[in-house]
Amino acid sequence: MADPSLVLKREKMQYSYYPGCSLHSTGVAYDKSVRAMFRALDVELTEIDDWNCCGATAYMSVKETVACVVSARNLALAEPSGHDIVAPCSACFTVLNKTRSYVRQLPEFRRNVEASLNEAGMTCRFDLPVRHPLDVLLNDIGISGIVERQVRSLDGLRVACYYGCQIVRPERAVEEDPEVPMALDDLISALGGTPVDYPPKVRCCGGMLVATFEEVAQNLCNELYDRARSEQADCIITTCPMCQANLELLQQGRRGRTNGSSRPIPILYFTQLIGMALGVSDADAGLQHNLIPLNARFPPVSEMVCHGS
Amino acid sequence: MPVVADLDRVRTAPDLFEKEECELREAFLTEVERVPGGARLRRCIQCGTCTGSCPVSYAMDLTPREVMALFRAGDIERILRSRTIWVCASCYQCTTRCPSNIKVTDILYALKRVAVDRRVFPRKFPVYVLSETFAKQVRKYGRNYEVGLLRTYFWKTSVVRMLMRTGLALALWRKGRLALRPARIKGIAGLRRMIAKAETFDRPQPTEVDQEPTSEVGYGAIG
Repeated sequence: MADPSLVLKREKMQYSYYPGCSLHSTGVAYDKSVRAMFRALDVELTEIDDWNCCGATAYMSVKETVACVVSARNLALAEPSGHDIVAPCSACFTVLNKTRSYVRQLPEFRRNVEASLNEAGMTCRFDLPVRHPLDVLLNDIGISGIVERQVRSLDGLRVACYYGCQIVRPERAVEEDPEVPMALDDLISALGGTPVDYPPKVRCCGGMLVATFEEVAQNLCNELYDRARSEQADCIITTCPMCQANLELLQQGRRGRTNGSSRPIPILYFTQLIGMALGVSDADAGLQHNLIPLNARFPPVSEMVCHGS
Repeated sequence: MPVVADLDRVRTAPDLFEKEECELREAFLTEVERVPGGARLRRCIQCGTCTGSCPVSYAMDLTPREVMALFRAGDIERILRSRTIWVCASCYQCTTRCPSNIKVTDILYALKRVAVDRRVFPRKFPVYVLSETFAKQVRKYGRNYEVGLLRTYFWKTSVVRMLMRTGLALALWRKGRLALRPARIKGIAGLRRMIAKAETFDRPQPTEVDQEPTSEVGYGAIG
């Protein structure tokens, strides 16, 4: 354990929190677990007041300026606090960052976006970083900072770490190899879990194709299930509400249970698992919202095994 | 029709192309210019890394590499009529791997915007209906309301598919994952004013009537 006086000296970290639409409905478990996990780490999240839709991929493909203005309103609302913005939804993370990078690179576009914001008396300098919780965990708190607050080991749990697309490319959440990211794997193994060899970790889950070309999305997800099953993984962890919903829902039909096995694979948010390692209750981690329960052998809090320093 | 044409030839030598193709290229170039680094499109070396990396290229009628080649051959019409731009799942694998640093995904977005602008797809085309319904939701509430979005979407595209999904919706509802009422933001009036202003900067929406549905795109094509 680290010197307690050092822990006390650390200033309480504060962030503006942008949940996004999914985290208020299908991704409610992500919202709960993000909040609980950061509470356990003594990090303060302040939800951006009256935030709106991030603009999203669906919008971006129809009207670009409108999408960026919708997105920019959130950046403008967060600006007075001066705290970095945390956006757990991978799609929101990408769209908010894309808006920032567009206005910073295209002066004319920036003038248009600013003129539109002005219509409601808002201004924005676009200088607050938009960050993913994984980035905050690794770079602001650090693996050792997380391990020192651990109260429950992930010992015996085989985890397939699935990053999906949007936080490894094009707007990278964490500086590392976009082909074989290892940050999540390192975090899980530091907490006592066993990350399995998972080559499709940055393959696509199909995103919105689940609504438009479902067969294509099903094939993509099958690839993800098959590898996790053959590696005897107890669960797949995701960083995105869309991946989580796709991976759970496409297992509900028959076709999701291919490869001679019908064992459904639980799909958890990485924050649920890390939250539990930090002593967050099952309810606070939002486990009751998962369609496929995590039945794996999982030591209770009292059997804590201390890992790391 | 010329075999190879440089990206800007439509402007420097407009007589190279037929009038309609010129107009399409002009519209597309305007969109591409709005993508930072979009003009790198001209650097394509036809290596096929984009197609090889794409997890959904097997479901496309034109591969991403072919899209780039067709652009240079001056056949934007054919690209717009393909289902390629709509099958793209926006995973950005092609963009990260392209050795010429071409923003393939963003270029497909630009093509989508041109197709939407010209309505080059069947009336009930699922991807467009989804985007359009989504945009209406945001204007109405300021946030996305998933239940309403999917209800309208399936109502407009396939009621049968909606009914097939009732079980899934119930499963989500039982787990407390469906908001049954939309949440409207307080600043909705301001947001609408912003959207109205922003719309003046985007391409004008078309006024001509929809094209007849074809089987070349959409569900008819994917089977």
